[in-house]
Amino acid sequence: MKLYWKKNIKFLTILLIIWFVVSYVAGILLAGPLNEIKIGGFPLGFWFAQQGSIYVFVALIFIYVSWMNKLDKEFDVDEKE
Amino acid sequence: MDVQLWTYIIVGITFAIYIGIAIWSRAGSTKEFYVAGGGVPPLANGMATAADWMSAASFISMAGIISFAGYDGAVYLMGWTGGYVLLALLLAPYLRKFGKFTVPDFIGDRYYSNTARTVAVLCALFVSFTYVAGQMRGVGVVFSRFLEVDIDNGVYIGMAIVFFYAVLGGMKGITYTQVAQYVILIFAFMVPAIFISIQLTNNPIPQLGFGSTVSGTETYLLDKLNGLHEELGFAAYTNGSKSIIDVFFITFALMVGTAGLPHVIVRFFTVPRVKDARISAGYALVFIAILYTTAPAVAAFARTNLIETVSDQSYSEMPGWFSNWEKTGLLTFEDKNNDGKIQYVADKEQNELTIDRDIMVLANPEIANLPNWVIALVAAGGLAAALSTAAGLLLVISTSVSHDLVKIQIAPDISDKAELWLARGAAVLAVMVAGYFGINPPDYVAAVVALAFGLAAASFFPAIILGIFYKRMNKEGAIAGMVTGLAITIFYMARYKLGWIGEPTTSEDWWFGISPEGFGTVGMIVNFAVSLVVSNVTAAPPQEVQEIVDNIRFPRGAGAAQDH
Repeated sequence: MKLYWKKNIKFLTILLIIWFVVSYVAGILLAGPLNEIKIGGFPLGFWFAQQGSIYVFVALIFIYVSWMNKLDKEFDVDEKE
Repeated sequence: MDVQLWTYIIVGITFAIYIGIAIWSRAGSTKEFYVAGGGVPPLANGMATAADWMSAASFISMAGIISFAGYDGAVYLMGWTGGYVLLALLLAPYLRKFGKFTVPDFIGDRYYSNTARTVAVLCALFVSFTYVAGQMRGVGVVFSRFLEVDIDNGVYIGMAIVFFYAVLGGMKGITYTQVAQYVILIFAFMVPAIFISIQLTNNPIPQLGFGSTVSGTETYLLDKLNGLHEELGFAAYTNGSKSIIDVFFITFALMVGTAGLPHVIVRFFTVPRVKDARISAGYALVFIAILYTTAPAVAAFARTNLIETVSDQSYSEMPGWFSNWEKTGLLTFEDKNNDGKIQYVADKEQNELTIDRDIMVLANPEIANLPNWVIALVAAGGLAAALSTAAGLLLVISTSVSHDLVKIQIAPDISDKAELWLARGAAVLAVMVAGYFGINPPDYVAAVVALAFGLAAASFFPAIILGIFYKRMNKEGAIAGMVTGLAITIFYMARYKLGWIGEPTTSEDWWFGISPEGFGTVGMIVNFAVSLVVSNVTAAPPQEVQEIVDNIRFPRGAGAAQDH
């Protein structure tokens, strides 16, 4: 059970680092310099702040769900149908 | 047909649907009333959560605020979506496994203390009441503009509707009504956005449209908008004007506040399994993201259309929507230099046009000359958003009173039937109080909503996170943390936002340049620090509590939500 929890924490750490990077780093702290880069009509920092970070948030939750469902099976702690 | 007739028809049909669902799915037991019997499929729960979460603020105000704030509007976009990542990863599965009805239930049991439970109940009541007052006001505004009734009567109509389905149906009625409301509000938001995106950029997908070129030219829409802003003296649309540290702290407070809001958390108690709690947070965010990625596009379109329609044009040639909104007093024109033209510029001395940000989404289809039925649809969508959130909040209020206070603390022997009637009675009372605030809003409604987020961030979030992830966390630490986190946040708001304490202040006086909206983040950090220090110098929690913590960390054996 200790190992299960440790792996869970590892997943959370990875996902939350990405969460932080796309929103706070790309969308806020580095938004100024990133705005020099243009993707179509979007300055990149602006795009991360108003669009990109939200798409990544959605993806993060689905990745988490699939990782955890696998982990639950591996350690035999999943719920029976 | 005119706008008003269309509004009667569309709003009438949607309300008939809500009431029909409420009757069909009314609650027969407290369990159905509190958590819909614990049997809501995750996809439906995701939609209901999305409707619950997206209030009048998301639907009516947010795109308008972004339209005027440009880049800075991102604090709401990221703040109100990023919180779902925290919810899905750090809270929802564990609270579902814990398997009780409410957030104060978790706090009270995990910290083996009725004091902690009562502090949590008070926080839940305060957060929910401040929020619900704003919703009732939103309902009143939409009714008064589109049905041309007095704003007070608008609020009464809204109260009657909410009363009907929240009080009868409880969580079961609310959940299925919210599914219908989600469908209506998202349709109402997307239709005008797609129309306008095609008009302006020839791209039917608004999310791509606002990064495309303006139809018939080689210029990108955002470049054009930045150009217009520069001409009129505003800060560039894509850069914003808030400081980086303030944007950072506000975004964080909104994210953590989202994850700590009791009416959102309680939704994850309504699904059958832990697995479903995880995935329904994902579905909820997909449904929310559809609106939240469209809103910045709507904001940019509305801004461009607005400037092009009014700037330097003659007042006598303004279209019908202009005078309609002038009548409401939310849009005013004062011809300072008497040239008969509208000067809309950043310089306050020369600017002649003031526009309330809240009217942008409602006026947007009119500005873009869309058909009348689209305008009526937007009114129905705004009502769906306000009513669904109000209902969810009323439920938290009535549950806090009937379950967390009366059943657990005052009269444990109360029968299921009596408790159900008590919950309904509390909901009735809550509708009355909410209606009162809707009709007599404190003039600082916006300030109080910011307060609600800051308080949720500074109180619940650390107590729940530490309760799950830190086994050594005890009741002394949790109570001390919640109380200091709350106290410092309330003090900061009272001092720098509401002006209740001491001399009047300006943004120069803020600590580290952090605005009161962002101070919930500081309150949260203080809460974490105090909790950890205090719990480490006091006794460890009892063995059986540590076993509860071990048990909620894996999904097997979750079962349905249990009463005590």
